[in-house]
Amino acid sequence: MSLLEVRDLTTSFQTGGGEVTAVENISFSLEKGEILGIVGESGSGKSVTALAIMGLLPRPPARILGGSIMFEGQDLLRLSDRSMQRLRGPGIAMVFQEPMTSLNPVFTIGEQIMETIGAHESLSQKDRFARAVEMLEKVGIPSATSRMTDYPHQLSGGQRQRVMLAIALVCRPKLLIADEPTTALDVTIQAQILSLLMDLRDEFGMAIMMITHNMGVIAETADRVLVMYAGRTVEQAPVGRLFDHPLHPYTRGLLSCVPTLDQDQDRLVAIPGSLPEPSRRPPGCRFSARCSYAVPACGESIPPLAMFEPGHAAACIRVRDIG
Amino acid sequence: MGGILVRRLLGALPILLIVSLITFAMIHLIPGDPAAAIAGMSATPEQIINIRRDLGLDQPLLTQLADWYLNLLHGDLGRSLLLGQPVVQATMLRLPVTLALSAYALVLTLLIGLVSGILAALRQNTWVDQAAMVFAMLGISLPSFYLGLLMIIVLGVDLRWLPTGGYVAFTDDPLGWLATSTMPAISLALLLAGLLARITRSTMLEVLRQDYIRTARAKGLPNRTVVMKHALANALIPITTVLGIIVSLLISGSVVVETLFSIPGIGQLLTQAVLNRDYPMVQGGLLITTALLVLINIGVDCCYALLDPRVRYDGG
Repeated sequence: MSLLEVRDLTTSFQTGGGEVTAVENISFSLEKGEILGIVGESGSGKSVTALAIMGLLPRPPARILGGSIMFEGQDLLRLSDRSMQRLRGPGIAMVFQEPMTSLNPVFTIGEQIMETIGAHESLSQKDRFARAVEMLEKVGIPSATSRMTDYPHQLSGGQRQRVMLAIALVCRPKLLIADEPTTALDVTIQAQILSLLMDLRDEFGMAIMMITHNMGVIAETADRVLVMYAGRTVEQAPVGRLFDHPLHPYTRGLLSCVPTLDQDQDRLVAIPGSLPEPSRRPPGCRFSARCSYAVPACGESIPPLAMFEPGHAAACIRVRDIG
Repeated sequence: MGGILVRRLLGALPILLIVSLITFAMIHLIPGDPAAAIAGMSATPEQIINIRRDLGLDQPLLTQLADWYLNLLHGDLGRSLLLGQPVVQATMLRLPVTLALSAYALVLTLLIGLVSGILAALRQNTWVDQAAMVFAMLGISLPSFYLGLLMIIVLGVDLRWLPTGGYVAFTDDPLGWLATSTMPAISLALLLAGLLARITRSTMLEVLRQDYIRTARAKGLPNRTVVMKHALANALIPITTVLGIIVSLLISGSVVVETLFSIPGIGQLLTQAVLNRDYPMVQGGLLITTALLVLINIGVDCCYALLDPRVRYDGG
């Protein structure tokens, strides 16, 4: 049994212009200790998927239309609010993209870590303090004991993200969802946080869902990759396969966007056009309007996700033709 | 923290100076002569001139003003022309009445305003939200004297539940105080509770959208903790700012309400003083009231620093 098994998850949002789907028929699984990278442009449905797993989609306006999210054998979509709340922290934890605004400005970081422990375990104040200090040391905050009484505004962005990690990991979750954990940080800090995440994965044996739009982050951390476009999965593969033999034109586009020094390029490569708005998605393959390989058949029906190699699937009818 | 306090106290001095100047100018601009009022209808012109000389009202205005400031430096605000009492004594006798009434009204304001505002925010766009906001609108739109009169007619005259007016000091008879103060306090509080409910609602809605609320939910805190701890602690910061204004409005609102319910507070005292051109009483009474309001607002600012660690550190 996989740790997490998402099947045909479909969610929608009520907007001024009617109901639009945010993700459609997303399926993937995650094993213990595995790192699954989820890539895609902003608006492709990565964060919505994460929030749906956490049970934190704002409902309304969001709605879950179908599918299941099995975590350790129980369907999270059928859990009561109370059971879901107990699961957040020791079962599934999450770190967010915005370390600057994700900590409560009026409480000390010590309080914010300790109350997480208090919500899930009955420990004395003293033990909770010790545990919080230990966690702060683990995520690399120097002189942790004296930082416990600091307020978030006294910390740098990188330190705040470390504190966010400490909050997320203090109850030893089995699954950590990291939603663009390094996007808002300086490049040097990004590398530090990523290697810290890898170390903690090894130490705690937790699985990580690494959500990012950065192919470099994927290459460095992920075991398997899920590529999302406009709310649908377009390709899924082990990380090595994906970088060596990308099948879907969108994945190829994403990979060729990463500039390399040995290539002789005058200009940066970009995928022409932009992500279609949810209400103006083309019929058929949603990438067809931007795809240089598109033929009329691409616009007729949504291509199914088909397995081309063991563990390597893509949703494109032209894979065999474009080689 | 101590630095803020000292700076704010020093900053209050110019405010008091300006308020006393404006009061002096205004009261002397209103037509009417306190000497004539004291002397009565049948007084001869000579009698009035004598009284004017005794009171120092025949002096040039600037001299009168300078004398007033000079006496103020000695802690002497003069005597009320009407009551014969020293101004300080007359004010201090009436002030506790107004303060007790304002405190009662403030408790009602906070209770009604915060609770209905938080409920409305949590149940946004439901009937709870709409009911709370209609109630708030009603509170804001109803003039306090109209509401007071309605209550006197219904609760006082028809149902005879509460006395229609008068005042019993809290120290003499707490229950009697509650009976005489409840209607005035409600008519004072309803407007401000409506104001506070609307501010609380919009602030809570704003705060509940913040990333750190999502974090609080993501770490598995119960909804109660998320709302009453994480959201409220942040919402209270802007709400506290409004609290200073609310207290000022309570004390100025007491002028109308004390007259309506014949409560011997500072509002009634000052109304009488203005109507009778009791120059020293108006001057001194307003100065003391202003000083009090400034102090309350400084207190509110200190609360603000207590609630928001960013102010505590950055403000020095």
